[in-house]
Amino acid sequence: MQKIEHTLTIYTENQIGLASKIAGLFSRRKINLECLNISPSEIEKIFRFTLVVIESEAVMKNLVRQLEKLVDVFIVYSNTNEEIIWQKMALFKVPTQNIIKNAKVERLLREFGANTVVIRDDYTIFETVGQDSDINKLLKELDKYGLIEFVKSSRIAIIKNSEGIHKKVMDMEKNHPIPDPIVNEYLDKKNLIFDL
Amino acid sequence: MANTKTSVRASGSLALLDALVKENVDTIFGYPGGAIMPIYDALYDHTQKLNHILVRHEQGAIHAADGYARVSGKTGVVFATSGPAATNLVTGIANAMIDSIPIVCIVGQVYAQLLGTDAFQETDILNITSPITKWNYQVTDPSEIPDVVAKAFYIAGSGRPGPVLIDITKNAQIDEFDYTGYQPVNYIRSYRPKPIVRPEYIEQAAQLINGAKRPFVLYGQGIILGNAEKEFQEFVNKSGIPSAWTLLGKGVLPTKHPLNVGMLGMHGNYAPNVLTNECDVLIAVGMRFDDRITGRLDKYAKQAKIIHLDIDPSEIDKNVKTEVSVWGDVKETLPLLTQLVEKKTHSEWLKQFKELNQKEYDVIIKPEMHPTEGEITMGEVMAVINELTQGEAVYVSDVGQHQMVVCRYAEQNHTRSNVTSGGLGTMGFGLPAAIGAHYAAPHRTVFAFMGDGGAQMNIQELGTILQYGAKVKIIVLNNNYLGMVRQWQQLFNDSRYSFTDIKSPDFAKVAEAYNIKGQRVFDRADLKPAIEAMLAHPETYLLEIKVRKDDNVFPMVPQGKGVSEIVLRAEDI
Repeated sequence: MQKIEHTLTIYTENQIGLASKIAGLFSRRKINLECLNISPSEIEKIFRFTLVVIESEAVMKNLVRQLEKLVDVFIVYSNTNEEIIWQKMALFKVPTQNIIKNAKVERLLREFGANTVVIRDDYTIFETVGQDSDINKLLKELDKYGLIEFVKSSRIAIIKNSEGIHKKVMDMEKNHPIPDPIVNEYLDKKNLIFDL
Repeated sequence: MANTKTSVRASGSLALLDALVKENVDTIFGYPGGAIMPIYDALYDHTQKLNHILVRHEQGAIHAADGYARVSGKTGVVFATSGPAATNLVTGIANAMIDSIPIVCIVGQVYAQLLGTDAFQETDILNITSPITKWNYQVTDPSEIPDVVAKAFYIAGSGRPGPVLIDITKNAQIDEFDYTGYQPVNYIRSYRPKPIVRPEYIEQAAQLINGAKRPFVLYGQGIILGNAEKEFQEFVNKSGIPSAWTLLGKGVLPTKHPLNVGMLGMHGNYAPNVLTNECDVLIAVGMRFDDRITGRLDKYAKQAKIIHLDIDPSEIDKNVKTEVSVWGDVKETLPLLTQLVEKKTHSEWLKQFKELNQKEYDVIIKPEMHPTEGEITMGEVMAVINELTQGEAVYVSDVGQHQMVVCRYAEQNHTRSNVTSGGLGTMGFGLPAAIGAHYAAPHRTVFAFMGDGGAQMNIQELGTILQYGAKVKIIVLNNNYLGMVRQWQQLFNDSRYSFTDIKSPDFAKVAEAYNIKGQRVFDRADLKPAIEAMLAHPETYLLEIKVRKDDNVFPMVPQGKGVSEIVLRAEDI
């Protein structure tokens, strides 16, 4: 089966070690993570992982179920590029001298919708947001002007047909309200709290 | 009701022990050490309620807890210290994970402030056990202990069970906190132990079954884990469908049940393997289509429509594509299905199983179980055991040729009576697992069958028996080889026996050193009297039986072949 880019969106509890558990499910199948982003979601204490792998549909189906088996994972979505809106962010460090000397650079940056973040005597930092193809094009151009350093973020994605997780969590809490604080039956008999 | 909480000052260790008592834990298998000393110190005062068995190696503890869980249906509990003790658990945790056995491992860890400093006996056991636990967690504050232990027991035992590990730093064991009592958990918001049962799929499944001419049921351990033996028997009895079992599903139907057509898999029975590729509807219940069951996948039941009942959605369509998938706990789904299936007898179809199994009986089983000359065979040992125990004992096996012989031939009337390492194939599992099985069922006869190889992998656990007297009937089937590997070398590597020739001690003498009575058997005439003597002896007993050196386990589905290409003799490979 054909391998294509899939974006996984994983909603999880905020649990130490979960990132390595998730990564382990891929590494044991020798699947490379193209990129990985972990951030808070729209709900407090629930985290959102966004990761990209290049795999076949059948493998993805299996992976989604394996991921959902993790106790601290709420829900997992796997989407093709058509099903999501996605972006990455990139930062470029270029010698300020080269920019001043070259009027073309400014035009270039405008063309790519890049913004200036920092200007110093020695270097200037630009940022741009877009998909890999756009970012890579700008990278290629800026390389001609003595690019010092470049960094690109992981992919973040919004699923077109998704209501997020907010409603789901609210429903869950409704069906399983947090129990009242436990009333201890041994109010005055402290020793009896123990069964030992 | 007032919300006033009352509390007592308690150390993390004491809170842990209280939690275990409230979870109805009665037996703990463990081994003390530096980073778990506070827990052992607390345990010193509470051995009335918590029976602790000191093993001789942490691997023994985890396998004992595994055997205990399989026979009792309860969650096994293990204590071990940090570092090497925790890593010694790893094999047993992996074993429990792949076989879905509920175990809670409590391991000590260095003081929280020393984490990450390469402190003495520090190891990153959370990361090491991540892929082989259902869940794991590190406790660094004593106040977390009650909730974490409650979660651990809930996760280990619910849904598809599995091992859980709690890593407790030494300060969290020592420090005191305001303990308000233990509250078990039955809900975790991100965890869905059981998928929702969808009646429409059950209807579709029933329709397929009712229309089938040659339906065939494959059943696995999921039924035992779901305590659904009765529900399964009702389904099979009503639908009249021939049923075959996976290695771990043995015992769901008694051996002599008329619809029990035998064991599946590489060394399973002839008929169920051959007819897997002739049935028209295949109903898989609580099993996971392991590669040892399916052989080559592209030659597996291609003609059949497949129905799969399982609690774990990740097992559906993982290896074998299904027509109808019935997600859910078989305890709930089977009765719904039974209601909808028509009462039938498939006598013609069942006859095909009987005929093919008769062929296997003539070629393999009869000469193996009832030989009249030559050295003793493993099969005839089982024939004597069957005669003397009438299917009432617990049969624990290790891994290798003898394991296949025990699982193929041991007659069994009850569920939770066949204990063996299925998915991981862990040599050295047998003896400690049998010790655990004894504590789960102290009044039943527990056999530990081992080969001469596996017997030497956890032989130190004889020391545990010496100290606590677990009444295990140990049978070492000694063929002076690592037999299963030798068999493969003979069949596939031109009989180049590369390091499978193994020398062993006089096992009866080893037992004697541990104050365990034993004897060796070389001759057929002595076999039955020796087993009778073993059964008559009220305590632990070790019997070393010298069996044929070059025997192979057949039938066999050679690796890379389809199930219907199963062969009865070496010449046919």
